[in-house]
Amino acid sequence: MKSVLRALIPLAIFLALVGFLFKGLFLNPKEIPSPLVGKPAPQFDLPRLDNPEATFSPKEMLGKVWMLNAWASWCPSCVEEHPVLVELAKTGIVPIVGLDYKDTRPEALQWLEKGGNPYVAVAVDADGRVGIDYGVYGVPETYVIDKSGLIAYKQTGPLNARNLNETILPLVEKLQAQ
Amino acid sequence: MIPEIGHFSLILALLTAVLLGSIPLIGAARGNAVWLGLAKPLVNVQFLLIAFAFICLAYAFATNDFSVAYVAKNSNSKLPLQFRIAAVWGGHEGSLLLWALILSMWTVAVGLFSKHIPDNMRARILGVMGLVSVGFLLFMLIASNPFERMIPAALDGSDLNPLLQDPGMIFHPPMLYMGYVGFSVAFAFSIAALLGGQLDAAWARWSRPWTTLAWVFLTIGIMLGSNWAYYELGWGGWWFWDAVENASFMPWLVGTALIHSLAVTEKRGSFKAWTVLLAICAFSLSLLGTFLVRSGVITSVHAFATDPRRGVFILAFLVVVIGGSLALYAWRAPKIGRGGQFDVVSRESFLLANNVLLAVAAMAVLLGTLYPLFVDALGYGKISVGPPYFDAVFAPLMAPALFLMGVGPIARWKESSLPELATRLRWALAISLILAIALPFALGNFTAWIGFGLFLAFWVFVTSFELIYKRLAKSTGSLMARIQANSRSWWGMVIAHLGIAVFTLGVTIVKGYESEIAVKMAPGEVAHLAGYDFTFDGVKAVQGPNFEASVGQIHVSKNGKLRTVLEPQKRIYTVSGMPMTEAGISPHFIHDLYASLGEPLGDGAWSVRIYHKPMVEWIWFGCLMMGFGGILAIADKRYRLRNRSKNDTPSNTSGAAV
Amino acid sequence: MIISNFYRLAIIAFLMQWTLVHAQEAQPLQTNSAVEAQVQRLSEELRCLVCQNQTLADSHAGLAEDLKQEIRDMANKGMTDQAIIDYLVARYGDFVRYRPALNSTTLILWLGPFVLLLAGGIGLIFMLRRRQKISTDQPLSNDEARRVKELLDLDRKA
Repeated sequence: MKSVLRALIPLAIFLALVGFLFKGLFLNPKEIPSPLVGKPAPQFDLPRLDNPEATFSPKEMLGKVWMLNAWASWCPSCVEEHPVLVELAKTGIVPIVGLDYKDTRPEALQWLEKGGNPYVAVAVDADGRVGIDYGVYGVPETYVIDKSGLIAYKQTGPLNARNLNETILPLVEKLQAQ
Repeated sequence: MIPEIGHFSLILALLTAVLLGSIPLIGAARGNAVWLGLAKPLVNVQFLLIAFAFICLAYAFATNDFSVAYVAKNSNSKLPLQFRIAAVWGGHEGSLLLWALILSMWTVAVGLFSKHIPDNMRARILGVMGLVSVGFLLFMLIASNPFERMIPAALDGSDLNPLLQDPGMIFHPPMLYMGYVGFSVAFAFSIAALLGGQLDAAWARWSRPWTTLAWVFLTIGIMLGSNWAYYELGWGGWWFWDAVENASFMPWLVGTALIHSLAVTEKRGSFKAWTVLLAICAFSLSLLGTFLVRSGVITSVHAFATDPRRGVFILAFLVVVIGGSLALYAWRAPKIGRGGQFDVVSRESFLLANNVLLAVAAMAVLLGTLYPLFVDALGYGKISVGPPYFDAVFAPLMAPALFLMGVGPIARWKESSLPELATRLRWALAISLILAIALPFALGNFTAWIGFGLFLAFWVFVTSFELIYKRLAKSTGSLMARIQANSRSWWGMVIAHLGIAVFTLGVTIVKGYESEIAVKMAPGEVAHLAGYDFTFDGVKAVQGPNFEASVGQIHVSKNGKLRTVLEPQKRIYTVSGMPMTEAGISPHFIHDLYASLGEPLGDGAWSVRIYHKPMVEWIWFGCLMMGFGGILAIADKRYRLRNRSKNDTPSNTSGAAV
Repeated sequence: MIISNFYRLAIIAFLMQWTLVHAQEAQPLQTNSAVEAQVQRLSEELRCLVCQNQTLADSHAGLAEDLKQEIRDMANKGMTDQAIIDYLVARYGDFVRYRPALNSTTLILWLGPFVLLLAGGIGLIFMLRRRQKISTDQPLSNDEARRVKELLDLDRKA
């Protein structure tokens, strides 16, 4: 009996492995959760895109639920995301602040002129330093920040109708009710 | 039309494989000789059909038939012909076809060289291989058809990934697959033996050369991949512990254990259950590697474009093949006899200890590779397991294995004496210790790690040479006669072990003593590294067949004498716009000089990285020696099928070989 | 081919005579070698996030270059390895570490191989001792030995 049980060990290990591999098929290994969720949004003072003399700081948004959207004119998936942002801005549900990541001013301005400007303000992060503080690793990325300035959620990759309606907007609503 | 014929040929191959996977197995169970006899013709037909499909796909690539989706995705009209052919296995679908082709080739080979195996055993072996083939062909036809058309046809292809446009792509995957798939033979032998209940010394003898051959291919395949990464990726690394490298390394470790364990089973009839388990595991890990590369559960630089549907299919296939064979093992293994008796100190126990170490090492690699997945699946977040982990865990597991390599071959079968071994080895121990301490001081940098690595390398060298010396001294006659007095498989073992020593020496020296500089070089400027002067002559533009290259020229001199010229390149592939680096390397027995171009910094200046890599070539040379040792072992007289002379006694007179 | 190589070498040799007189030292890209060693050491342990599976040291992606620069700045400020790693983990999570920290999640990862080795070793010793006691088993039973011989004879005839 003992020897039969021993002979079953390899099969048992393999079946456990299969369980994990099966689960793994439905996980995305490239999606990295942000350790910043639940922590205060890092502070910064960056020049604004529309007016380089003026600066933007997250402090200005205290008391509001808002979204910080890291984007760039050179980023291919931003093309796909931009109309979604413009639509969202039209509804006026939540103010969106842009973080223009490692971009050039003329190209960024041209982009907004062409596709429409969904942002209440755009901060220019020319050297990507603020991006590092926020843990940006691939634009577009979007942070939902609550009234007290805590990061409530991070979306890596473009926003679309699905993730907005299923996750982000319900969350925004909940945060606004607080 | 041709792609449709290829597709049809694959469908016929699947039908043939289904017949091959059923009729001979049923025939063996019922003792029906006619059904048994069908195995061989089916094997040949299957091979011809798959080979024909393969040729059809290669033809589509050669003639730039961009109406075939797979061709359009992986080729381009500007791609040179040799890479268009290699592009056949450049993507997921085609590499599966290569897998199936190689499997059918191994099956044919088993059919041809198995005249000495009883009919029902042979039929079972071929039947099991046919079942594996069914899985792959079915997968290809259902979820990964390489012949699928696209309407409308593409005007031109989107080109083979530039990383793959390299001679390495022509040789590395076929070699690697020959190794992976080759383990299916040992696997089929084991399953056939479990089914028929014929696990004996004869079974071990039949599977041994096949296993060794697959192991040789895998060794060379891994070596080619490592060498390719070394010159292609541009920073001189040769092993990255990437998930897919690990996927090829795990079967290698288990295959190495299997070779050793088969030796004991053949000689002494021991470890039978363990040997069968290893044979199942070696092939299972090959299949698991295929799953990991294609399912997207693991991030890797090698991963194919992923599709969860495919992942589910391969996983189901794994459950059937691996789960089924492990269940068969669980059912039959308790009835397998224990085999010959041996002492705690004996060659058997040393080999068993070696097996434990290799198996634990393979498990450790598996654990590290899949751990991020485990953590993620259990909801504990995302972590990475990379080279620092594997280096830290792998070295302590392999060090005792290397130490045993010095002891095992001189220990006697059945019963050996520890004091006797100690007496015989004390000089080897002293010499290797002295060398391991003296050499680093001579080279000007001693660290514990360097000393330890060198000690292990010298230990294997010295004990191997002592063994050779003793063996040659024992026999009589000319040197040639003395060499021939020992069997080829014995020489194979010694050379493969020396290959490990050469490899270890290379790894230790290059890790301990490599140096590099990063400089900004304008034409005419000189940089210095390891006593050499590197003068930058500038960069010229060169037009390649499907890329534009900036070719730098750096001439290298020592004490005013020209030694070599390095020509590192930076290429931009026109179709994909992808930049690629081609390092400029001057390979040498003693050291490699290695330069790679960075970015242009204006005024003809470039950022350039220059590396001095002492004895790095020994790493690959060591692998070649291992492969050569394996081939010698296969060429041993007792495995020879034809022209066996009458007085050739099966158990060789020169003593046992491992 | 040989001839053209010969000419090439001759031209280079000529160029060398020229450059020996005019040779200028190439400037290192980074001047502080202690800091560079630290940057190199750290970037071999950290993962490039945008790449599929590469260390920062191996990657030339934009973000990897930025992060290396960030590490260099911190190293210049005299921050320790641990402080720099903590800084990056605070932003990107444990995912950036190729050497996972030892904690409750990674306990099995770090100890597993050695536990396995220990178990294998103990199992081995246990098995060898038990085997030594049972001396009834013969290397090959007579039956088996005969079968092997038969098969090998068959083999020889083939």
